[in-house]
Amino acid sequence: MKTILTPTRRGFMAGAAATVSAPALLKATRAYAAAPTLRIGHVSPRTGPLAGFAAADDYVLSGIQKAFAGGLENNGKSWNVEIISKDSQSNPNRAAEVAADLMLGDEVDIIVAASTPDTVNPVSDQAEINEVPCITTDCPWQPYFFGRNGVPGEGFQSTYHFFWGLEDVIDAFLDMWGKSGVSKSVGGLFPNDADGNAWGHAELGLPKPLAAAGYDLIDPGRFQPLSDDFSNYIAAFKDAGCEIVTGNMIPPDFATFWSQAAQQSFNPKVVSIGKALLFPSVIEALGERGNGLTSEVWWSPNHPFSSSLTGTSSAELAAGYTQETGRSWTQPIGFKHALFEVVADVVKRAEDLEDPEAIVAAVSGTKLDTIVGTVDWSNGPINNVTKTPLVAGQWQTEGDSIDLKIVANASAPNIPLTADLQLLG
Amino acid sequence: MEWLNAIVQGTLLGGLYALFAAGLSLIFGVMRMVNIAHGDLIVLGAYLGLTVTTVTGLHPLLALAVVVPAMGLIGYVLQRGLLNQTLGDDLLPPLLVTFGLSVILQNGLLEIYTADPQKMDAGALETASVAVGGLSLGVLPLLTFAIALVVIAGLQWIFYKTALGRAFRAVSDNQDIAQLMGLNRRHIFGLAMALALGVTAIAGILLGIRTSFDPSIGGGRLIFGFEAVIIGGLGNLWGTLAGGVILGIAQTVGANIDPGWQLLSGHIAFLIILAVRPNGLFQRVSG
Repeated sequence: MKTILTPTRRGFMAGAAATVSAPALLKATRAYAAAPTLRIGHVSPRTGPLAGFAAADDYVLSGIQKAFAGGLENNGKSWNVEIISKDSQSNPNRAAEVAADLMLGDEVDIIVAASTPDTVNPVSDQAEINEVPCITTDCPWQPYFFGRNGVPGEGFQSTYHFFWGLEDVIDAFLDMWGKSGVSKSVGGLFPNDADGNAWGHAELGLPKPLAAAGYDLIDPGRFQPLSDDFSNYIAAFKDAGCEIVTGNMIPPDFATFWSQAAQQSFNPKVVSIGKALLFPSVIEALGERGNGLTSEVWWSPNHPFSSSLTGTSSAELAAGYTQETGRSWTQPIGFKHALFEVVADVVKRAEDLEDPEAIVAAVSGTKLDTIVGTVDWSNGPINNVTKTPLVAGQWQTEGDSIDLKIVANASAPNIPLTADLQLLG
Repeated sequence: MEWLNAIVQGTLLGGLYALFAAGLSLIFGVMRMVNIAHGDLIVLGAYLGLTVTTVTGLHPLLALAVVVPAMGLIGYVLQRGLLNQTLGDDLLPPLLVTFGLSVILQNGLLEIYTADPQKMDAGALETASVAVGGLSLGVLPLLTFAIALVVIAGLQWIFYKTALGRAFRAVSDNQDIAQLMGLNRRHIFGLAMALALGVTAIAGILLGIRTSFDPSIGGGRLIFGFEAVIIGGLGNLWGTLAGGVILGIAQTVGANIDPGWQLLSGHIAFLIILAVRPNGLFQRVSG
């Protein structure tokens, strides 16, 4: 950024030369070429601690590229679509850097990003500054909107986001706990990070709705992620007779907590943890102790949706990944695919693909049934945000494998239940 | 009772920290080298353990019989092939090279094992516990502490009762004179690194049974190792164990006051000791 903000004589000369020659260059390169090319920048954490979220990138992108191979139709004209993917290395600073690089160096027309506030927020912020249309997903909307200092009622100019929010997790968990019939005493495990502070927030987080529903929340305080000891939490939960444990953790912290809980003979009946229990690989790593844990479900092979782009059903998309890589399906697969569904839809509808404002207008006018549900920015909870359905699921052993069954769906009854909730222990 | 529980659990946690730190302490003691890649080498040990258990179906603790020699070999080759070239009067080259090694290890592991969190399955051992006077103590943490005691005692014995230990102490005291006396310091350094990585393998496997790991968690474990070494006194092995236990107790007692203070109180204990006794609690035992 620095080189752009501080003008030098040489930089000014180059810039001036470029401006003067721009009409000629544009004429030669894109505006009048036979099949113009639209560039899409994609930022995702391929390496680093968040790499699990991007593990299916190659699979999803190859499918998308196949669908884009014949070009996309816009106003009767065929456009080639080029996707340029860059690695954020799970680092917000790096994410901002590659996003700026994509917009200023590769001059992408649309930028997309997914996977946690650490990727989504810096990319969106860069897109907002550079006025490049930006679509993001896979990050609850509160950290996206408030984390970027969004003002309700005003929102953002160029950046749009689809996912669910904290209120949906709370609803899904309450629905599930209501069915369990266990005592209404809940132990809370919230780390001192963006997610943990949001979940444990006295006003916006779990405490208020839980109290309203008659639950006692035991919240000893915020722990630092990557703690090696949870004895104090376990002692507090044991004292209070908690039968439910909830929270938002990273997998290593949950694994530490869960084996210590057993060692210190704390045996809750329902364990519903956000983030840590999303991936089948995590559950498999826990062995028998993974059976019966519950989590939020944003997408699963059982979701009754299919792709607007390829017609592939949720089950087919997930099975394709397993077939290609030999690994279990993950929830980000559906959202990564949906992200490009929205892009394709926007490209087809935009009045003028040369004009970023027209693209932004097309994004905000989206009404699309995707593989993760309906994306429609006209009815979001707040500006620039729309929500996809969220349900609650339980990992249940079936023969040799372990599968995520949907056990509570009050907020999205169109997603069918696939099993009954089983109590632990 | 609550406080007693915190102190006992903290002591047991200290055993794990002492194992993290023992390798660092040994390397620093012998060749004055700070190994930034130590945390990632712990994770490498855990992954090797995972590979052995998945391929052969052995219990993770039995896998130690394969992983410890394997890591020892890696250590020897690493030291003779790479790290020996960086040792000299300047402290910076080994720091930079091990930092680079850390990046390479993380990304290499990511490439081979993917970012999926992994865990070693130790069966009933993971959840077994014994009741001692009203406290419920996990068998695994008790075992970890016992192993830490045995490892430290073993290292102490090697250092002060064997010819190899004499060679370690000799090159540590004065490399040039040791060389004149017929010791090949390059070979001795290789053996020291082999021994250190053998201990690291034990730490890695116990970590891998205790919690889940992925290629990126090594760095976070390095700091506890460093702190334990410095609290106990650089190069003092029993001091390292004491350092680990102090760090563990500081963390659990801090967490008992407020969970947010868990890691903070460990760091504060470290800073206080550094301020009061910059050389650590125990003096480096010399020849």
